[in-house]
Amino acid sequence: MKFLKLGILLAIITAAITACSSDNDSPEETSDTFDRGAMLANWTDNIIIPAYTSFNSRVVEMETATTTFTETPTVENLQTLRSIWKEAYVSFQNISMFEIGKAEEVRFRNRLNVYPTNVAQIEDFIATGNYDFDLPSTIDKQGFPALDYMLNGLAVTDAEIVIFYTSNSNADGYKNYLKTLSQTILTLSNEVLISWTGGYRDTFVANTSSSASGAVDKLTNDYIFYFEKALRAGKVGIPAGIFSNGTLPQNVEAFYKKDISKELLLEAINASVNFFNGKNFNGNSKGASFKTYLDYLNTIKNGENLSALINDQFTIAKNKANELNVNFVEQVETDNSKMLASYDELQRLVVLMKVDMVQAFDVTIDYVDADGD
Amino acid sequence: MFTIVQKYFKKDTQAVPLAVFRVLFGLMMFLSIVRFWMNGWIEKLYIQPKFFFSYYGFEWVKPIESYTYIIFGICGIAALFVALGYKYRVAIIVFFLSFTYIELMDKTTYLNHYYFISCVGLLMIFLPANAYFSVDAYKNPQKAFQMVPKWTVDSIKLLLGIVYFYAGLAKLNSDWLFNAMPLKIWLPSKYDLPFWGDLMQQPWAHYAFSWSGALYDLTIPFLLLYKRTRWFAFALVVIFHVMTRVLFPIGMFPYIMIVSTLIFFDTGFHSKVTRFISKLLRIDYSKMVALSQAKKYRFKTNITLPILAVFFVFQLLFPWRYLAYPNELFWTEEGYRFSWRVMLMEKAGYAQFKIKNTETGEQFLVDNTDFLTPFQEKQMSTQPDFILQYAHFLGEHFEAQGHENVAVYAESYVALNGRLSQPYVDPNVDLMKQQESFCRKDWILPFNDTIKGL
Repeated sequence: MKFLKLGILLAIITAAITACSSDNDSPEETSDTFDRGAMLANWTDNIIIPAYTSFNSRVVEMETATTTFTETPTVENLQTLRSIWKEAYVSFQNISMFEIGKAEEVRFRNRLNVYPTNVAQIEDFIATGNYDFDLPSTIDKQGFPALDYMLNGLAVTDAEIVIFYTSNSNADGYKNYLKTLSQTILTLSNEVLISWTGGYRDTFVANTSSSASGAVDKLTNDYIFYFEKALRAGKVGIPAGIFSNGTLPQNVEAFYKKDISKELLLEAINASVNFFNGKNFNGNSKGASFKTYLDYLNTIKNGENLSALINDQFTIAKNKANELNVNFVEQVETDNSKMLASYDELQRLVVLMKVDMVQAFDVTIDYVDADGD
Repeated sequence: MFTIVQKYFKKDTQAVPLAVFRVLFGLMMFLSIVRFWMNGWIEKLYIQPKFFFSYYGFEWVKPIESYTYIIFGICGIAALFVALGYKYRVAIIVFFLSFTYIELMDKTTYLNHYYFISCVGLLMIFLPANAYFSVDAYKNPQKAFQMVPKWTVDSIKLLLGIVYFYAGLAKLNSDWLFNAMPLKIWLPSKYDLPFWGDLMQQPWAHYAFSWSGALYDLTIPFLLLYKRTRWFAFALVVIFHVMTRVLFPIGMFPYIMIVSTLIFFDTGFHSKVTRFISKLLRIDYSKMVALSQAKKYRFKTNITLPILAVFFVFQLLFPWRYLAYPNELFWTEEGYRFSWRVMLMEKAGYAQFKIKNTETGEQFLVDNTDFLTPFQEKQMSTQPDFILQYAHFLGEHFEAQGHENVAVYAESYVALNGRLSQPYVDPNVDLMKQQESFCRKDWILPFNDTIKGL
């Protein structure tokens, strides 16, 4: 009798140990009333992949325009390239937050948008012709900010800029650098898009596990990280001098073009709002999202209407950002208090998302033992 | 009354339960160390971070770069020696010291179960756990005993009983019982459990889990004590801890508790375990028994009992120290740790630090990721003693960089058990001027709500 009991006991313990020895678990069937698989599918099929597709076609155009300009460096071709560069840069704001999968692997955001760009080093690279954009040390010499310098920052007038690509003693060096910049962006963009449309979409959507490696947890962390670091701090806080003694106008996004910094910020805020609400990239229909997930969890918890609070705060932040000068360099230099006010509203959003939303989702930040206190 | 007590302390019992406990505890500890190492956590938690959060009074306990591996190595080997009962007294002392050192290196990783292990380790230093079924006893028949004082076995039961009962008492509060918090937050996120995922979404299930959890903690020590309910109680122990293992990231704790509760069983059960292990290792079991035939272990000195009495009085009183602080315990966490408050609340926070020159008014914010790991930042942002220590670290760091008249302010928000986040630390208080102490931290802003109960 005792042996039987002991046997049963050992069986239970063994079963228990084997049943839960996988900490980064494989996806399981879910059947509760909120379908995270559907949310992941809405994110990928209606937002992420369409946004990357749209961005990729801008980048293809940019690469073609770069070739045209380097073959025939005229003021007109420069202006065409510049306007396509701007379109692509704006479009980039819609995908920068999705640093997951291939994008994470190639460090997409760091390769495409680290600013301020390192002008001295760029000139050095052009002079020697010796550079490798795959090296992590080159992130501040490539991407859109480097193109910004090459298209807007070499000289004051367009005619003077074109001279760098025509009669400059190292015109070929400038042309090659410009071409490599464009091509690198295209290569990276292709890689990420192909990965999504290839197998990664299904892997991502199927990964509904609730562990730190689950797709919902990971993308939630990525989204908030992007909003806090790249959007709030990068676009507003750092230039406004929040993290330094004194303002840093040279750290404004698109520093050389100058008059598009506000447009880039507004596009990024819009992209964040739309993702939060699960809005289709190519239309107005909405699907499962952070908002519907919060609403679902609130039917259990009966607490404050968090999704409404977040959406309200998004509106306030957008309105504050709208009051800014189109050119943040001017804004910082003439009336920085408006930048600070804009930062404060974005900061409130960070608190709502990083504290309240993360608590509601019970998102895991990392895989370590912790007993919740 | 006094004679009853005197009589009790003269009672003897078989040494075998203590021996089995020693073997299983040592093995579990060895496995825990191996698991910790294999997960890469020594590197991640004790070598990579640039800054470590110290316990008040133990600021001198720090990781020692890659030599930290040696501490873990020593701890693992000591655990194995404990299991074998080889040079037991030295082994358990080394184990206790190395394990406690590890625990004290960074309070970011504070877990009640680490504290539990330190307590057991300390207790076991004073117990003759190598009297039976140990290498020590095998090699030296002088050290082999079949009987030990009954209180030695009971002391482990008492410690386990305190852990459970106090964990149960801590759950007697309005958030846990009447709002099913934090389980209402934690359980729905386990939607991907096979079969259980659906159940985890049901409010009635959250209440059922809350109430049965509290009831379990409060009653299990007694159910284990009485012979008639013991098997039933043990089945509950297994079910309860397996469930916590599935639901929460608490590592080895469930297994350690399951194994520890075996101490409540009769000697017959433990003899079977030792016979089974003997067979497995091809040890001559009869020789083991013969060696220690009918000898009774006697303590050479009589200071052991007073020491353990102090230990248990401390254990009984220390968790109540929170009563000395006026504010909500869950909010300020003054007296929260080392009190068996296990998986009791959900807190999320955000803290941003401002460095200000008090003369010129120049100021800037700190990017926490420059100094802290994500795990450290998460723990720091909800616990005031972390916030204070980090603020001092930042102040000293920037002073060393040449900044002058440094004042450090924190803007922070905390959400507790699903309530909306609210400001946590007074943003107008220069934290450089505040010192860590056991006194109440009056720079924590009020909670603006009440949680009733213990």
